[in-house]
Amino acid sequence: MKAIIHYFKTIFAALKTLVKGMAITGHYFIHPKEIITQQYPENRDTLKMFERFRGEVVLLHNENNEHRCTGCSACEIACPNGTIEIITKRVETPEGRKVKQIDRFVYHLSMCTMCNLCILACPTDAIVMSNDFEHAVFDRSQLTKILNKPGSKLMEGVRH
Amino acid sequence: MMADKKAGLKSQEYFINMGPQHPSTHGVLRLLLSLDGEIVKKVEPHLGYIHRSIEKMCEFDSYGQIVHLTDRMDYLASHINNEAVCLAVENALEIEVNERIKTIRTIIAELQRLSSHQLWWGVMGMDLGAITTFLYGFRDREMITDIFEETCGARLTMNYNMPGGLMFDIHPDFQKKVKAFLKHFKKKLPEYDQLLSDNVIFRERTVGVGKLSKEDAISYGVTGPTGRASGFSNDVRKQEAYSAYNKVNFKEILYTEGDCFARYKARIDEMWESMHIIEQLIDNIPEGLYREKMRKVIKLPKGEYYQRVETPRGELGVYIISEGGMSPYRLKFRSPGFSNLSALDHMARGSKIADLVAIMSTIDLVIPDIDR
Ligand code: SF4
Ligand code: SF4
Repeated sequence: MKAIIHYFKTIFAALKTLVKGMAITGHYFIHPKEIITQQYPENRDTLKMFERFRGEVVLLHNENNEHRCTGCSACEIACPNGTIEIITKRVETPEGRKVKQIDRFVYHLSMCTMCNLCILACPTDAIVMSNDFEHAVFDRSQLTKILNKPGSKLMEGVRH
Repeated sequence: MMADKKAGLKSQEYFINMGPQHPSTHGVLRLLLSLDGEIVKKVEPHLGYIHRSIEKMCEFDSYGQIVHLTDRMDYLASHINNEAVCLAVENALEIEVNERIKTIRTIIAELQRLSSHQLWWGVMGMDLGAITTFLYGFRDREMITDIFEETCGARLTMNYNMPGGLMFDIHPDFQKKVKAFLKHFKKKLPEYDQLLSDNVIFRERTVGVGKLSKEDAISYGVTGPTGRASGFSNDVRKQEAYSAYNKVNFKEILYTEGDCFARYKARIDEMWESMHIIEQLIDNIPEGLYREKMRKVIKLPKGEYYQRVETPRGELGVYIISEGGMSPYRLKFRSPGFSNLSALDHMARGSKIADLVAIMSTIDLVIPDIDR
């Protein structure tokens, strides 16, 4: 007899706790304002990332197609996984001096861990982390990027 | 044929692979189970599916670079892993960072513990068949990851610590957001109890399941909430207070039952304690530099250095042997997941396969932490 009472008691207790749990679900069902889901990608236009969010490394250019990279390779050394390759060339200035300049700033996005060490290492603040996080491409080779734009040159007055 | 008939039906032990692609192993862990019907006779974990040789890679990296690799060990505790390496390096250099850095590190570490436990809670429910909890756990965790994203620049692999301090100062909104989160989560944490802790199905599946005695917890080296649920007092934050933990009041959660439900309760209670710690610190962040002046090239003096910290899963140890160079001669991580996993066989013997899922869930395994 006791066993039977216990059996039914457990069933009632079980139902009670189930209802208790369901109450929460019900609460959210009638309070849709408390739902925080974002409708990505529909909200792409309004989606704003946080300012510090690290999406990918970019080399800043101004409106005259000038950048601040002197080709010192500090970022290349700071990078833990060989993501950055700085390829420099020697060019002759109008005064006849030979100076080092970057030829190509190669950035292998596929190897980057977004650790921010290169940005901290750069003495001239030439590179920053952009907020762009949509990196999907159809071919792996597209992930190797040349960051200095064609025809760009070093900004006046930037020295190591 | 005849002989078989005479002997009647005979049961036989057989082997089954659970994982490496199994939803409840939470990653690529392969368990070789030997079963007698539904009863688990033996559990043999096979590791190596996500081994990236982080320890070896550390031998070629500078101390500043090592930090970001530890993000990828226990990814739910990346800040705390970073902190462990940074503290080890700072100890070796005999640098003491200022109070501001210590306080911020502690606040973020506790937020990290909360977010890790929230995820664990969600996944634990899901392992036992309640998908709803997963969504609720992630809802609250989202607020923390947003705070991380705003201040540290990333949601998971934050790399916010550096030897000698922090990468950036805290975001101006940091304190406001953390307080808003605490206010929100204080209301939501009781919901966790209402949804899962009191649920009868959940209790049936956890109370008395997967017992681990205190002696066994100690001899297997089981730390963290898993060990504390067996009565093994092992909180590094209490015993060897680092960062700002000596300045705050909090309880070490101890249970004695050692079953799945005790482990569950230990984590829920820890969430309350973490909130309590953050509350004490959030209004009292002292002024100061966010990064101490450090040499560009960090070289540790010759010797051996060890630092322990408390991650959400237990005790993480960083053991550095330096020959005086820019990178360590050898770096060893004592990861909590690895030791906790070693006790799985002991806990699961004699229970049902379904119980094994519950046990694994309450150990809170993160596979990259085990494999490294
Ligand atoms: S963010 Fe880190 S991994 Fe990426 S390029 Fe910079 S240093 Fe290298
Ligand atoms: S980006 Fe900065 S650190 Fe890298 S080569 Fe250019 S100037 Fe040097």
